[in-house]
Amino acid sequence: MTQTSHPPSASPATRTPGSPLELFITFSALALQGFGGVLAVAQRELVDRKQWLTREQFLEAYSLAQLLPGPNVVNLSLMLGDRFFGWRGALAALAGMLVAPLAIVIALAASYNSLAGQPAVVGALRGMGAVAAGLMLAMACKLAVPLRNNPMGLMLCGALALATVVLVAVLQVPLVWVVPALGTLGWCLARWSIGRQMRRARQAAGELAAGSEARR
Amino acid sequence: MSEAFLLGDLPDFFVRFLALSLLSIGGAMATAPEMHRYLVGERGWLEDHEFTTAVALAQAAPGPNVLFVPVLGYQVAGLIGAMAALVGILLPSTLLSLGVSRWGTKRRDTPGVRAFTAGLAPMTVTLLFCAGWVLSLPFIREPDHRLGGLGLIALTMVVMFTTRLGPIWLILVGGAVGALGWV
Repeated sequence: MTQTSHPPSASPATRTPGSPLELFITFSALALQGFGGVLAVAQRELVDRKQWLTREQFLEAYSLAQLLPGPNVVNLSLMLGDRFFGWRGALAALAGMLVAPLAIVIALAASYNSLAGQPAVVGALRGMGAVAAGLMLAMACKLAVPLRNNPMGLMLCGALALATVVLVAVLQVPLVWVVPALGTLGWCLARWSIGRQMRRARQAAGELAAGSEARR
Repeated sequence: MSEAFLLGDLPDFFVRFLALSLLSIGGAMATAPEMHRYLVGERGWLEDHEFTTAVALAQAAPGPNVLFVPVLGYQVAGLIGAMAALVGILLPSTLLSLGVSRWGTKRRDTPGVRAFTAGLAPMTVTLLFCAGWVLSLPFIREPDHRLGGLGLIALTMVVMFTTRLGPIWLILVGGAVGALGWV
């Protein structure tokens, strides 16, 4: 069996941010690019460009962030900031994610009535919306690649993906129910697969040891 | 006509958002119906269209969508309302996330925690595809914007796969093309 417990990543994350200030600036920059969602921009900047995280690490952090209460990208920023610089990093990433966009959205709220009727503004928002959709789809494709190394194997991964589509898109069950239910099912399946993998590895190690005993 | 917000209402307002924070699984938008019930129905501080405007503004502006919450606070009680709503909706969930994340990172190599990250990955990726689909729907449904919209989506995906270009350039192109009326 060639599969190891920690498959090597396609793009190892070797770099780290230099200071909490760098975190603050980076998270501000990606929040300000997040028209129609920050997540895809965060993946692009943190994984593809800065290489502070691998795809696997990003997916792992986001899986946890979406399960916990609170805005997913805000939870994600906190966790990543905390990973690099403890609570100072968490605070720097959180502030970066919120401060500048908050100022902009409050200014917009204050001047809303004069902007809403402009056709150029409506058109620009629609164009940025199409780009946001493309960013999201491209990110989903990229994050699907690490599933090849999932201990559950492609069949079970596909079955969970299909169940997600049926529940969310076809039956339109609220996410509040889908995420805990499929999350629990996924955990049980993965726990079982990992257990089986570990038993096999132990068995193989045992046979190897027995073989070397016999040779001696 | 909306009801007036008194400074004495602030503690109740803040505590309501603190409580909603722990219910906001999947994002603050999940609690929007409850916020609507409280702000529009129960207290009458906002009207329906003001509530909808807050959500639309936060989605149009850059940054996380949770910013519709401080906009609601701003509409109800100005800047102090914005701060109370934002701190309220984020403080409990933030502390919980930080705690759980640290707990999980310490035990990342145990089978239980590895099963958690491996077991959730297929659902997470699929939900991202669904989100991309939902964002694409307006362009698929409206014939007037179909060609330009789908073209822009395809262009974005190609650039993402083949280059290291920052997303801001694509967003600027999208905004400019849209403002010219081509999308």
